[in-house]
Amino acid sequence: MGPTPNPSSLEASLRDVVGADQVLTRPEELFVYEVDGLTHHSARPRAVVLPATTEEVARVVKVCRRHEVPFVPRGAGTGLSGGALALGRGVIIECARMNSILQIEPEDRYAVVQPGVVNTDLSKAVLHHGLFYAPDPSSQLVCTLGGNVAENSGGPHTLKYGTTTDHVLALELVLPDGSVVRLGSPSGWPAGYDLVGAVVGSEGTLGVVTEATVRLSPIPERTETLLGIFPDVVSACRAVGAIIRSGLVPAAMEIVDRRTIEAVEASVYAAGLPTDAGAVLIMELDGAAVAVGAQAERTRALSLAEGARDVQVARDEQERQRFWRARKGAFGAMGRLAPDLYVNDAVVPRRKLPEILEAVCAIGDRLGLRLSNVFHAGDGNLHPNISFDRRDADELARVLQAGEEILRLCVEAGGVISGEHGIGTEKREYMGLLFSDDDLEAMKKLRAAFDPTLACNPGKLFPTTRICFEANPKARGYDQVPFE
Amino acid sequence: MTEVSGLEALHPGTLDCVHCGMCLTSCPTYQVTGRETSSPRGRVYLLRGVAEGEIPLAETLAEEAYLCLGCRACETACPSGVAFGSLLEQARSVVDRAGLRRGWAKRIEQFALRTVVPRPRVLHGLLGAVSVAQRLGLDRLVLPWLPRRWREMHGLLPRIPAASERRRLPEVTPAIGEQRGRVAFFEGCIMPEVFGAMNRATVRVLASQGFEVVVPAAQRCCGALQAHAGELELATELARANVIAFGQAGAQGDAPENAPGTASATAPATGFDAIVVNSAGCGAALRELDHWIGDEGAPLAGQVRDVCEFLDQVGMRGTPRPLSKRVAYDDPCHLIHAQGVADAPRRLLEAIPELELVAHQDPAGCCGAAGIYNLTHPEMSAAILAKKLDALEAARPAIIATGNPGCLMQLQAGAQSRGMNVRLAHPIELLAETL
Ligand SMILES: Cc1cc2nc3c(=O)[nH]c(=O)nc-3n(C[C@H](O)[C@H](O)[C@H](O)COP(=O)(O)OP(=O)(O)OC[C@H]3O[C@@H](n4cnc5c(N)ncnc54)[C@H](O)[C@@H]3O)c2cc1C
Ligand code: SF4
Ligand code: SF4
Repeated sequence: MGPTPNPSSLEASLRDVVGADQVLTRPEELFVYEVDGLTHHSARPRAVVLPATTEEVARVVKVCRRHEVPFVPRGAGTGLSGGALALGRGVIIECARMNSILQIEPEDRYAVVQPGVVNTDLSKAVLHHGLFYAPDPSSQLVCTLGGNVAENSGGPHTLKYGTTTDHVLALELVLPDGSVVRLGSPSGWPAGYDLVGAVVGSEGTLGVVTEATVRLSPIPERTETLLGIFPDVVSACRAVGAIIRSGLVPAAMEIVDRRTIEAVEASVYAAGLPTDAGAVLIMELDGAAVAVGAQAERTRALSLAEGARDVQVARDEQERQRFWRARKGAFGAMGRLAPDLYVNDAVVPRRKLPEILEAVCAIGDRLGLRLSNVFHAGDGNLHPNISFDRRDADELARVLQAGEEILRLCVEAGGVISGEHGIGTEKREYMGLLFSDDDLEAMKKLRAAFDPTLACNPGKLFPTTRICFEANPKARGYDQVPFE
Repeated sequence: MTEVSGLEALHPGTLDCVHCGMCLTSCPTYQVTGRETSSPRGRVYLLRGVAEGEIPLAETLAEEAYLCLGCRACETACPSGVAFGSLLEQARSVVDRAGLRRGWAKRIEQFALRTVVPRPRVLHGLLGAVSVAQRLGLDRLVLPWLPRRWREMHGLLPRIPAASERRRLPEVTPAIGEQRGRVAFFEGCIMPEVFGAMNRATVRVLASQGFEVVVPAAQRCCGALQAHAGELELATELARANVIAFGQAGAQGDAPENAPGTASATAPATGFDAIVVNSAGCGAALRELDHWIGDEGAPLAGQVRDVCEFLDQVGMRGTPRPLSKRVAYDDPCHLIHAQGVADAPRRLLEAIPELELVAHQDPAGCCGAAGIYNLTHPEMSAAILAKKLDALEAARPAIIATGNPGCLMQLQAGAQSRGMNVRLAHPIELLAETL
């Protein structure tokens, strides 16, 4: 880093841009911004700024540049890989106030939004046009579209509808030098390099997204939601394989295991899931009314053939919502077991799901951890959840070890180290499992084309080799890490 | 209790939070500010940080503990079961004892909560004076001379009815027709003064449904306002007094016959079939008396029912008379989030012939009243109220029904300032009118 910046003048300049009450600098306020959804990594920012417009964002970025202070965009802070942490005592650019839906074009089926718009709020706003925004992360009630773009978020319906990248048509981006660019086009047919594609999933390292033009999808004519009740997770996984092999394209297939069911049923998201089941498989079929009924029937039959004890069909929209609320509240519900939850995220080829799951559970058992599974089975996207207490150094060490073993297992099986939660600080050291040094160099060149000074969300995505993954009982110390 | 033990006591409650963020958008102050510090998750993190000695007990926590409305929408959203309401009470108490809350808001609040509200005679006398002043227009005369804050407060002050309206309820009102049971009615401290008509309507409906209604004379203020303001000791004292008042009144009557269709099939703990409350704020507090005074409060707490909840449970006798109006029902936070009652009032209203119950966009959001929040945080309160009124206005109701006096006053003032042509009513009033 360059000369030590003068904090008082940085703060003063930030206040000039956004007004005094939109800059937070008290130690307690910064403390609250030291974590996102991943609680065992933390780094305290130097300041938090809440801009309201693209122009303010651009000026904030310029101020940071002038003071040679790194900065990081942030949405709702629900990220699960430490992506929104301000490493190197950076400035957090909190986009939550930029939450206007700027334009809705029902005929062209797109909407233009500011980055702080909450995922479900967009779907609510276009409901009366018979449209919805398809990517539906389980955190959709709270997470922002800016965060979704940065993480290329998926959700249960990714199986049929794809991830965020399939739904972003154009972006407005404040580059790390403070200039504003527009990428892509609402028509969805960009000429030249697909720069929108490069920015989606870049985890806030290429600039601050200040506007996104996203695709809207027509609400299917009919939706059937089924709840398969299985004796164990493995038979539920086999049913998933059988359904896909049969040629059906369900909108979603989600597995919830017994431990998760117990926690959910004890929570406000209880949906009446049977607590004596080994696992439930939520299956959704949507499309033309004539087709969906028959498809649902086939799905049901296949589930029963693979050992389902029973398959229930949601009787109405209310019951359907209840199933989904239970699925989507699962993470939080696990909080009933311990103060912290580590949500791992990895993808394996679908055909290997049953054996991998068994191996994952064995890792948890061997290390004496409370491990449960609730995941996007249709995509082969695993989320082994480990309940723990970060104040217990020994337990935290075992959690991290399990995390690493699970990732290695998945990569060996031909999978990847993240399905949707991103790399962030959490998995940066594991990029080497997937990519060669040459690969990583090529990625760094792309990044440098946007951000030659590496000031925008430093310390994420790429291995640092300087950090050691020793367990740290207070889980602090990430802010000590050089971010270069 | 020392300040340290207060923090120690609240620390375990903060560990229930896994930091998932599912509560963020339910929180009115986060909606307005977009700040993590002003969100439920951020507030719990602050509390935990202070309790664990990571950050000092300082102004940020002091501000947030009072910027939070205590609406408990976050509890309804939280999958992990964080008991935010109880954490908040403890946090406020810690903040107050550390001397971090000063200024006029604190002083007025203390005077009101310690001296006026819990003492029926003082409250009656004070509001009597206000009533006379309002009638004679004296209040408008002195208004220009008052400081700005006082003028703002005046705008929120409801019209205080004349003394004849503010009389206490009879101690026993007999059931009409075949008796189905015997209930106690909790009349509240402010309700009889400002909303006496609503209380009389409640008793009338209960009696008409075959319930003998007992209003124990020794009952006191529920202690909610005190507890929410961090005055836990005073709240505890009031709670104990109420346990005794309802216990004794219940023991005096004959043990009720448990006729079919009454609230409880087992022997009722207080000698009543239920303790009926028509103010959501009081009901929420009474239901959680055991949080303040432990097992001693459990029998009373377990019997508390919101009036709509109770009537919905026992079932209304006969068909109401028609009321051909568009009605928007708005959920009081302390009914939906703190007591989990949302469907009962809607069902009762829907059962009124010709009444058209219209949905609106923001039924479960806070209206910004929250005790005296609209006085202590006028700007935030106004921002929250604006969102609510936008939603209500769009639904074009002729009547807005909600079951909490604070919300009624806030919405009334808000609707008036927007020139909305709408009547505010407690659902029970509509039931009484259609008997
Ligand atoms: C309960 C729970 C369930 C979840 N379920 C899913 C799921 O089903 N699928 C899934 O994919 N994820 C899921 N997640 C993870 C998380 O919600 C997503 O990654 C989400 O997209 C993050 O959005 P956010 O607004 O919280 O972003 P943040 O956490 O604030 O930020 C995430 C990243 O985005 C960057 N960023 C934020 N805003 C901008 C911007 N305007 N411009 C550039 N970069 C920006 C940040 O720098 C950071 O790197 C879940 C998380 C939780 C807590
Ligand atoms: S009680 Fe209401 S205002 Fe307070 S944190 Fe919870 S949701 Fe927010
Ligand atoms: S929803 Fe509950 S567990 Fe999740 S962050 Fe909010 S308070 Fe914590």
